[in-house]
Amino acid sequence: MINSLLIANRGEIACRIIRTARQLGIRTVAVYSDADAKAMHVRAADQAVHIGGSQARESYLIGERIIAAAKETGAEAIHPGYGFLSENAEFAQAVIDAGLIWVGPNPDSITAMGLKDAAKERMIAANVPVTPGYLGEDQSPERLQAEADAIGYPVLIKAVAGGGGKGMRRVDAAQHFADALQSCQREAASSFGNTQVLIEKYILSPRHIEVQIFGDRHGNVVHLFERDCSMQRRHQKVIEEAPAPGMSEAARAAVCDAAVKAAKAVNYVGAGTVEFIADASAGLHGDRIWFMEMNTRLQVEHPVTEAITGVDLVEWQLRVASGEPIPLRQDQLSITGHAIEARLYAEDPARGFLPSTGKLEILDFPTNSRVDTGVEAGSVISPYYDPMIAKLIVHGETRDDAIALLRADLSHLTVWPVRTNAGFLFRLLDDADFRRAQLDTGLIERRGEALTIDPLPGAADLTHALYFLEQDPRADTLLITTGLEGFRLNRTPATERAVNVSGERVTFEIDRGPIQSHFQQYRREGDALLVHGGATFRVTPDRTEGGPGGATGDGSILSPMPGRIVSVEVSEGQAVTAGQKLLVLEAMKMEQALTAPFDGVVETLNAVAGAQVQVDTLLVKVSKAD
Amino acid sequence: MSGPVLKSALNAEDAGFQANAAHNRALVERLHADVAQAALGGNEKSRERHTSRGKLLPRERVERLLDPGAPFLEIGQLVACDMYDGEVPGAGVIAGIGRVSGRQVMILCNDATVKGGTYYPMTVKKHLRAQEIAEANRLPCIYLVDSGGANLPHQAEVFPDKEHFGRIFFNQANMSAKGIPQIACVMGSCTAGGAYVPAMSDETVIVRNQGTIFLAGPPLVKAATGEEITAEDLGGGDLHGRKSGVVDHVAENDAHALTIVRDIVSHLPRDRKPDVPIIDPIAPKFDAEDLYGIVPTDVRAPYDVHEVIARIVDGSEFHEFKALYGSTLVCGFAHIWGIPVAILANNGVLFSESAVKGAHFIELACQRRIPLLFLQNISGFMVGGKYEAEGIAKHGAKLVTAVATASVPKITVLIGGSFGAGNYGMCGRAYSPRFLFSWPNSRISVMGGEQAASVLATVHRDADKWSPEDAEAFKAPIRQKYEDEGNPWHATARLWDDGIIDPAQTRDVLGLAFAATLNAPIAETPRFGVFRM
Repeated sequence: MINSLLIANRGEIACRIIRTARQLGIRTVAVYSDADAKAMHVRAADQAVHIGGSQARESYLIGERIIAAAKETGAEAIHPGYGFLSENAEFAQAVIDAGLIWVGPNPDSITAMGLKDAAKERMIAANVPVTPGYLGEDQSPERLQAEADAIGYPVLIKAVAGGGGKGMRRVDAAQHFADALQSCQREAASSFGNTQVLIEKYILSPRHIEVQIFGDRHGNVVHLFERDCSMQRRHQKVIEEAPAPGMSEAARAAVCDAAVKAAKAVNYVGAGTVEFIADASAGLHGDRIWFMEMNTRLQVEHPVTEAITGVDLVEWQLRVASGEPIPLRQDQLSITGHAIEARLYAEDPARGFLPSTGKLEILDFPTNSRVDTGVEAGSVISPYYDPMIAKLIVHGETRDDAIALLRADLSHLTVWPVRTNAGFLFRLLDDADFRRAQLDTGLIERRGEALTIDPLPGAADLTHALYFLEQDPRADTLLITTGLEGFRLNRTPATERAVNVSGERVTFEIDRGPIQSHFQQYRREGDALLVHGGATFRVTPDRTEGGPGGATGDGSILSPMPGRIVSVEVSEGQAVTAGQKLLVLEAMKMEQALTAPFDGVVETLNAVAGAQVQVDTLLVKVSKAD
Repeated sequence: MSGPVLKSALNAEDAGFQANAAHNRALVERLHADVAQAALGGNEKSRERHTSRGKLLPRERVERLLDPGAPFLEIGQLVACDMYDGEVPGAGVIAGIGRVSGRQVMILCNDATVKGGTYYPMTVKKHLRAQEIAEANRLPCIYLVDSGGANLPHQAEVFPDKEHFGRIFFNQANMSAKGIPQIACVMGSCTAGGAYVPAMSDETVIVRNQGTIFLAGPPLVKAATGEEITAEDLGGGDLHGRKSGVVDHVAENDAHALTIVRDIVSHLPRDRKPDVPIIDPIAPKFDAEDLYGIVPTDVRAPYDVHEVIARIVDGSEFHEFKALYGSTLVCGFAHIWGIPVAILANNGVLFSESAVKGAHFIELACQRRIPLLFLQNISGFMVGGKYEAEGIAKHGAKLVTAVATASVPKITVLIGGSFGAGNYGMCGRAYSPRFLFSWPNSRISVMGGEQAASVLATVHRDADKWSPEDAEAFKAPIRQKYEDEGNPWHATARLWDDGIIDPAQTRDVLGLAFAATLNAPIAETPRFGVFRM
């Protein structure tokens, strides 16, 4: 077994690898960029080496620096994690050439699987089913029709030079093929000047099924069953589970067998994932699951496999890299229960999932889940890296149990002020099709705003929050509050209230009914955080602050005292930002910079360097930016 | 602190009860309708004009100023409602006690949708009454100003006298001197005399491009000196916030201004601890709405006032004093919303014994520093040779002396008739109760309309020549005049009380009103005038 390990990664995966390494008594070395100087993985490791600037290309992507760091610290092996250099065959080779152990497959395997088309050819040769299709030189209508008939309808005709949805036709039956082909070729000719087309199987209800495989240097390859990663948003996996719901033993045997064949075909060593696409329009069947590609590294979603098999995949990686055989035989592996992973991202679903950066002032993880994270309260989500906050992994006896555990956790998860996709995940868990395991990769896109918009907490929740806020320790002993709430003489009681919910004034009628959602409160400088349907809202008393100009007037900059203008830093018509220096005034032997009160444009400029000015002279007028 | 629970002899199936309930419910419905109408302020057009300028309506201003869920005890809701051709509902100003940033305060809010918020004679009277309440109960005053100043056509009844416009500023100065904070928020015009409201305040907010403060507006300035100047340049937010120093805070809009006012109040010193021990309140054992069936349709019909007390006091618990002596004046101790109170309630004509008992009871309350509640339903002191001879005048005087010089807070509710010297003995308006409220069935006059008509008929020089028809023709208009002028709607419009209240809300109104009184200290040692023995 190796004695020391450098982790060429950051964030949750670095922390995750360090955890297992420590359990195995392996000394760990972290590497970090400028932005990560205070990151959790740096503190978690026994040693840490600074390798460059905040941008990944200035640090985590520079192989030489990482190898140098390993040399410098005497690390025997390098674990690449996922992303960054994990599937870079040149780097893997460089590590090996430097006399270090590469915790991953042979560079040849990486290369073989990295070239997607070549990989497919190899898979066909290895008898692994690949998505039926035709990409041949013979473009005669007869041949194309024959290929389509062989593939089986529906098929997709695609212009080879096409793109952006142009030059594509879906054909549902053989008799429509000829017309569709003609029209597609016409469009391809006029749009791209190239009539060449390819034909693909059109997969009606596609599911993403992948199989975890493991190989060692002794020629053993085992699989650790499948995962379902069909819940994707723009090809980004959101929720992953294992095993795949609705997978029959026969179908599982077929797909897992195919995965092992694929791994063996490239002499695979270490942890890898073979990804398949399944036509689930009539459930999962072994003959409707096709190879797509192989990922030659540890996957983000590996914990769900760990949960159902009880295997620590990182431990296996380290053992195999040390030359040991795979600890278990295939017949010693089995599935226990059901596991689901949700990826918690710092992003704002309501704004097209834009990353939401900043300090995680409040980060309170729930208790049901295994939480794989590289951040904690006080950490900063920087714009430099993937904005994942954590992976929440639950393991239940059944899929429904696992969903319930995850749902309960999401409704207690509190993150502020960084926005997250927790509400989105929560609603996805409640989606009727998800519940019934009617999964396909297009589900999230079809749901649209029903998933992306966080509904505001209801009146009962806001009432609760309001009275929480109103618990004023200075409250007046004289005041009769109970029973005379909203009393109005000769009128109905005033029951409308207002609070500020995440920056918006929300009015509601007092509702003493049961709190509709799971509810968590924090008191921080007199405000409450309320977790509703996964989303965290900040509830504060209704206050209207002055906008720009509230404290800063109409933008007129007057000389505060008689003096001499030392310099003028702006010109008329120039756009300025709040706090920008406009001019410098010298008076009473002191220099004073006069700054823009808000973002705007210099409307008037009455200042010339060297001029003597009287008190209250209008020097600059800034007009507000719209 | 306990007492026996009062029992009720009420039968809700009784025809009399049901007739009373129908009558009184109709009165309350009228009250609610009138209050709702008055609360609208000006007509729809002027309200639209108001809101189109980005201003909140006056009631919205008050709501946004109050703490969420805070009760608001309005004063003088129906003032001036049957005066000035009905064009100045509520006298164009909202007044009341509410909680702001955890403190009880008096709020005075001009309604610019009513005649530009100008001060009619009743507006001045209401403003001064609100200040009087604030001063007596040491409540910080918040003036939400949006007023064109004195109503010029009425200047003779608004400007010159002691209790006229100038008194507003006299009060502000003197309250400030006593440490009662004066806070103004200028949300509209504040012209001429009105300019002194913010200027005389301790801390002042103005809304930029909306509030203006000047002694003379642009037209008057132009006429006087020829200077042409905009209202904003003459007296707007930046002028007063940056140059003149007339205001302390400049706000962007109404909502922002009200937030600043709330912040100001949050920085005031905390309220003093009350001088009376307050216990946890419990609800009465009987339904307050029974009061509708208890109070007779005719103010002259007798009923047992214990039934009323049982529906006002905590747990219906009443420790009665001298129940067997002078029983036409019921006296006893109880709690209302946890606040200890000493109650005097009429249960018939006042006799010498009742008067002496009442004086004794008031002495007790003052000695023990317990606030007084008067439930007034009184046709007067007993008349006749026997009673004059036993000195009912001096016994009545004892009660009046005790009432007048009592050192504890007093609150009066007219729950029936309020006639003659009975009004004095039971702490009528002239005896400065901290608050005085009326029920919709109440009547107030020097004597009943029938007695007045009879007396005037008797002393008429031609009376001996009248046929019964002549006598009736003479008496009918007198009766009508007394009925009209003794009606609570007439009374409340003139601010003879602080408002007509729904009998079913009496307990809540009293709880809030007594809580307000406790902001002021209660004298440790009572000091009464000479009691004629």
